[in-house]
Amino acid sequence: MKPRDFSPDAFAALEATVMSRRSFLTTSGALIVGFNTQQRAGTQGVAPGFNGPGNNRLDAWIAINADGSVTAYTGKCELGHGLFTAQTQLVAEELCVPFNRVKLIQCDTSMTPDQGTTSGAQSHPTNFNEANLALAGATAREALLQQASVRLDAPVDQLSVKDGVVSLKSDASRKVTYAELIGGKTFGIALNRTAKRRHPREWTVLGKPVPRIEIPAMATGTFEYVHNVRVPGMLHGQVVRPPVVGATVVNVDESSVQGSPGVVKVVIKKNFVAVVAEKPWQALQAANKLKVTWTPGTTLPPQATFHDWLRNNKSTRDAFTVNSKDVDSRIGSAAKVFKATYLYPYQMHGSIGSSCAVADVQSGKATLWSATQAVYPMKNAVASVLGIPAENVRVMYRMGSGCYGINGADTVSYDAAILSQAVGKPVRVQLTRKDEMAWENYGVAFTIDQRAGVDADGTITTWDCETWSPTLGGRPGGNNPGNVVTGFLAGFAPAPFAARSPAPDPTSYGNGSNAVPSYVTGCVGNQCGGTGKIASQRVLTHTVPSPFWTGPLRSPARLQNTFAHESFMDEIAAAIKQDPVAYRLKHLNDPRLIDVVKAAAKAANWETRPSPRQGLRRTGIESGRGISCVLYEGDNGYCSMVAEVDVNQDSGVITVKRLVVANDCGPVSNPDGLRNQLEGGALHGVSRALLEEVTWDSQKITSFDWKTYRPLALGANVPKIETVLVDRPDAEAMGAGETAVTVVAAAIGNAVFDATGIRLRQVPFTPERFKAG
Amino acid sequence: MAVLNLKVNGRTHSVDVDSATPLLYVLSDDLALRGPKFGCGLGQCGSCTVILGGQAVRSCQTPVSSAVGSEITTLEGLGTIEKPHPIQKAFIDEQAMQCGFCVNGVILTAKSLLDRNPKASDAQIQQAMSGVLCRCHAHVRMLSAIRKYAQGVKA
Repeated sequence: MKPRDFSPDAFAALEATVMSRRSFLTTSGALIVGFNTQQRAGTQGVAPGFNGPGNNRLDAWIAINADGSVTAYTGKCELGHGLFTAQTQLVAEELCVPFNRVKLIQCDTSMTPDQGTTSGAQSHPTNFNEANLALAGATAREALLQQASVRLDAPVDQLSVKDGVVSLKSDASRKVTYAELIGGKTFGIALNRTAKRRHPREWTVLGKPVPRIEIPAMATGTFEYVHNVRVPGMLHGQVVRPPVVGATVVNVDESSVQGSPGVVKVVIKKNFVAVVAEKPWQALQAANKLKVTWTPGTTLPPQATFHDWLRNNKSTRDAFTVNSKDVDSRIGSAAKVFKATYLYPYQMHGSIGSSCAVADVQSGKATLWSATQAVYPMKNAVASVLGIPAENVRVMYRMGSGCYGINGADTVSYDAAILSQAVGKPVRVQLTRKDEMAWENYGVAFTIDQRAGVDADGTITTWDCETWSPTLGGRPGGNNPGNVVTGFLAGFAPAPFAARSPAPDPTSYGNGSNAVPSYVTGCVGNQCGGTGKIASQRVLTHTVPSPFWTGPLRSPARLQNTFAHESFMDEIAAAIKQDPVAYRLKHLNDPRLIDVVKAAAKAANWETRPSPRQGLRRTGIESGRGISCVLYEGDNGYCSMVAEVDVNQDSGVITVKRLVVANDCGPVSNPDGLRNQLEGGALHGVSRALLEEVTWDSQKITSFDWKTYRPLALGANVPKIETVLVDRPDAEAMGAGETAVTVVAAAIGNAVFDATGIRLRQVPFTPERFKAG
Repeated sequence: MAVLNLKVNGRTHSVDVDSATPLLYVLSDDLALRGPKFGCGLGQCGSCTVILGGQAVRSCQTPVSSAVGSEITTLEGLGTIEKPHPIQKAFIDEQAMQCGFCVNGVILTAKSLLDRNPKASDAQIQQAMSGVLCRCHAHVRMLSAIRKYAQGVKA
């Protein structure tokens, strides 16, 4: 991504709050006064995008303080994945200063560059290649070397820099420090797009397993989460959500909480209902007591036949990702044809802490402490909800519990903002477990049909995939607060569903949802972006209006599609009695994807033979192994996994014994942080493959606590997890937070087949489904 | 409302609260402690765990009145960043968390078990942790940190 100028959003933010940034920097030791509006002229009309516009001024990213320490600013936030530490390493590395001399300020709309949303495994590609934070670091280092060159009267190529001190290579006594060069002053220059990043082979800070900065505070109970933010005079809110889907308010009997301890106000905004009280327990008691009459709501499609409901829905938005237009004829002439259908449920983020936010809305200005991933877009969205100008909103990021996508962080931020506006005082809201789980934006269900033709030699000649998935709402961005429940209840519509059928032909190749299997060429027109060799290909997707809120959940659609593709590939390999690894390699073309498959197989000591294993028995415990792979989002991280499982064929219980993950995300910024992500992603994938499924009855969600939505507990049987990091110092940085989770379900399903000959085509792989298989 | 005296991390605090209030609310709101956390409010996840009279309890399910007279230890009562308790140090050394929200319940539940039974087997540790959730699924590192601490306790 190339750095661009300010969006109107970011422009307004800095206009409104430049003083607060100035005063902050003054107190932190650097005197930054270099913001002038001319530098931002001519930038109107750019909407805050997914990755945001960034900023082309060096001073927006980096300040050298008077004492030589560095303050850096980033718009990509720590979500628990180690990004804060990795970005601190990045700044230290590029500036050649010690790690502990860098203080990073993250995600505050009044201080940090607008980098949109921290999501989609995009933070590394955005900030660690040749743009944004990395480019700022490189620009600053080169600018400092230039200044040193003048000061020391020596050409730049005769200078070396270490620990913030520039010296002559030939005479180390002739030196000057960063503090002497620029400490406390601004650079006053634009990012230099030709500034050269330090090459990974030169790295001394990046590429090392630097321990995470937050962990000592977390382990000792002193870390400040958004849940711990306390503001003087703060009150507490508790929302009252509808009892069933689609219910609207008929009447709120405010007298029902009259005299309840601590109650300050009952707040009603269309179908949004809440109570504000002096203490959180009082707010909860009053919310439980408040008498609200609701309409009956809507009738939900039965869960038992939901996948048929999806497939048969008449209102669809259709798209071709690839279409070589010869699939039907190739199927007709194939020696063998294979077909299978795969089913994936709604799953939830289910953050361990229910979502929380604090808002202070007074005198037409709003300050939010929020764990949203979308700090910058939230300015506009909250402004809409409150009916105030966006420039009057400041959003400050504070970490919540792990979100894995859009959990309740956005919706609870609106809750707090509405309530604070209603009472004119700061209000903190933390959702109940049920309000979190019953109304979050779920990861979507999928129905996936696969069809393939194979020639007489056993080579796949054509691949045809058709999918159905539901959608409602999603990330609100700057303009759609109705995409989450609070905005909707308060009167904002979700982004409209635009039916479209038949699907138009694709005009360019993109595989952001991994709808296209790894084994096809991915050709659209003259552009071929796929990773495989099969030229005959069609992928047709249907999106259907969802009865429940939906939104990105770690590896959104990518996991579901990859489950279907990688299971189907395994089915074909088994049917023609080929080894699953060898058969994959035969159809792959991308050397990096080939390498991770080989690396995973090698580390797992893969036994080359077809699945299922010889001598199957139908009772007792059997063991097997399976493999899967993906190029995440078509261009953002290579991963392959081998799973080893034990299957108790009598009880149907599947136990994952070992997972071997090989991952290539380009140059590795922090190997221990990467391993932590891969391990967590792998186990998150196990939980989702074996256990997790949102349930409902005719009117409401029935997964609303940890007894009705059961993930993998800490005391469960946990597999051994081994990670193989394929380092690519010469490649660009890619994402790594969502690769491992993407490949788990297929690897386990393939291992179960290897062990038992039973093919599982519906997630989660419950004992009942195994025994019915 | 009632004035109650609570002994938390070696200090006595006087609080004026509804005596039915769960202990968690008093610790995190009235005393502004950051260790115990509201995860579910149902006693199902472990995030709110504190050590009360030597036992790990779910403070979201414990009325504050029942905690009067007992020593309450929270995560911040074990050690500090400068001088972490050995079990905290094990979690730091193993980098055994991601978002860290659940780690309060993980550490205190494991510590409570190992204090009572320093020779707890892997199966017993597994049993004790069966009601504790981590949604980042940092299980492998957490179990490794617990084992590391257990070895130190045994030694």
